[in-house]
Amino acid sequence: MAKLNLLLLLVLLVCALGLVTSQHQARKLFSRLEAEQGRARELEIEYGQLQLESSTWGLHARVERIASGTLGLRAPDPRRVRVIELRDAAARQ
Amino acid sequence: MSAASASALVRLPVWRARFVLFAFLAAFGVLVARAVYLQALKTGFLQEKGDARYSRLLEVPATRGRILDRNGDALAISTPVKSVWAIPEDVKASPAQRQRLSALLDMVPRELEQKLSRNSQDFVYLRRQISPEAAARVAELGIPGLYQHREFRRYYPGGETTAHVVGFTGVEDAGQEGMELAFQASLAGSPGSRRVIKDRLGHVVEDVESVRSAQDGKDLRLAIDGKIQGLAFAALRNAVETHRAKAGAMVAFDARSGEVLALANVPTYNPNNRAKLSGAQLRNRVITDLFEPGSTLKPFTVALAMELGRVTPQTVIQTAPGTLTIARYTIHDAHPSGALTAAQIIQKSSNVGAAKIALSLPREEMHELYRRLGFGITPQLGFPGEASGKVRDAKTWRPIEQATMAYGHGISVSLLQLARAYSVFARDGDLVALSLVKTGMTAAGRRVLSAETARAMREMLEAAVQPGGTAPRARIMGWRVAGKTGTAHKQEKGGYAAHKYVSSFVGFAPASDPRLVIAVMIDEPGAGQHYGGAVAAPVFAQIMQGALRLMNVPQDAPLEPLGLPGEIEAAKEST
Repeated sequence: MAKLNLLLLLVLLVCALGLVTSQHQARKLFSRLEAEQGRARELEIEYGQLQLESSTWGLHARVERIASGTLGLRAPDPRRVRVIELRDAAARQ
Repeated sequence: MSAASASALVRLPVWRARFVLFAFLAAFGVLVARAVYLQALKTGFLQEKGDARYSRLLEVPATRGRILDRNGDALAISTPVKSVWAIPEDVKASPAQRQRLSALLDMVPRELEQKLSRNSQDFVYLRRQISPEAAARVAELGIPGLYQHREFRRYYPGGETTAHVVGFTGVEDAGQEGMELAFQASLAGSPGSRRVIKDRLGHVVEDVESVRSAQDGKDLRLAIDGKIQGLAFAALRNAVETHRAKAGAMVAFDARSGEVLALANVPTYNPNNRAKLSGAQLRNRVITDLFEPGSTLKPFTVALAMELGRVTPQTVIQTAPGTLTIARYTIHDAHPSGALTAAQIIQKSSNVGAAKIALSLPREEMHELYRRLGFGITPQLGFPGEASGKVRDAKTWRPIEQATMAYGHGISVSLLQLARAYSVFARDGDLVALSLVKTGMTAAGRRVLSAETARAMREMLEAAVQPGGTAPRARIMGWRVAGKTGTAHKQEKGGYAAHKYVSSFVGFAPASDPRLVIAVMIDEPGAGQHYGGAVAAPVFAQIMQGALRLMNVPQDAPLEPLGLPGEIEAAKEST
């Protein structure tokens, strides 16, 4: 009887320690999850800022100013543009 | 001896045992009572106190949705910024630190002192919405009593180009104008909250429950095409400057889907920096302003007459001597001609001809047509402050009014309504519903005219931009264009101002299979020219040419250089 009790006590102890460890593990994992979620938010914000930047750099007015001013580009004369009908292109292949 | 003593021990007085037993029972009873009191009666209070030690309710902020153009380019994005605030009593900073702080916050040192000296207040914003970098440098100063919190600020990369469509938000991140206001509910989302357990150091160690999950605002994809918008805005601003006009407005939409591809106003404002805003800058002249459209209404009068079988494009109407007197009013033609066919009345834009045709029509029919074209009715775009325009009840029309309405006076519409009405000609007789939000599909229209009438009118409108018409400058190389000019005297103090005009042009292209409808309006051109064909038509042509190229619309006209009219011919450009 006493032996059984002792055994049960031992089992109880092991279980209790296991519980403590798993709880600790869970919290550690959770804090990592939190950190990663925080990072995801930061990246989301950075993505927004980069999008903002790209929109600002890619502004039509700016592109046109640089194209015609710095690079000396201009829209081609419509007479020198060849229009290709997609249907024809598909038929030729 | 031992037996005696043992019996002496046994023979203790009975009351002693009972007393001890009673004492134990009483103590136990007290414990039970206390337990019941704590567990059953005060449990709520205790639970609360316990939770307050470690459980926290965290606010989960929702990010405001982005506004994108039809190609996915950002027109409005929220990004976090910091606001610096202080509890003046707690602030302990050396003079050098204060100097640094005022420099970082871009403030005059005296202003900073003033804010910090207000002892009565226990909370004062030093600067709202500064960049995260500047905020980090403020934090590095390590001044006690100085705090920061995160806010969102809205940025508009399109700036003044898209200001009138997109609108803007206020400091509290709520929409104040334009689409920001119209779609406030879906853009804003709703912040959530969650209950967590925090340890002694303030780290979150466990997520207990999500009280309300945060709903981020939904992105809004507009029908606007950033490139066409940019092109249109530049052309419009250029024209307003060249003609020293008071204002200008334009709208362009896809004839098939009814999606508004560009909508621009001059003067405009920069939504990123709204320090000095005037009402004139804020006004969205396309949607919320009304004007008398002038001759751009003539095609509808003639179309109705054709629909009712009163005229054909070949019917000859005498417009000589260029004036028509009804009661005590006289209608004038800018350039008197003789007998004109109905088609020539549109081409030359004869007021007298249009008035004569209108007078042959029942006024109820004209009124009904205007209603069916959407005049006098809110366009239902979902945009704040849409103007519905004014069309008076047909019963109150006198003949002179019926005659002037034929060429667009005595009726007021918004530029958007006018452009939309032209979809009737561009779409074989049905009126399309416009949308500022991308739909990506062909829109069904509501029939207003028969397809035959619409096609015939398309030909007549094409003639109006040919040499001999009122707007040869509206033509572009490669595509056939159709459209109508308008030059209206401005209304002022109950009458018409002699030298103040609104010049407009509404048209579409390619004429063989219309894809794009554009309306341009220039308010009070002040540099000599004021006819729609000279002021508004070139803007139309410039935008149309670029937009058709961007939209990859197949060409339907031979590529020949256009003979632009010389000065003499330009002078003939009429209303």
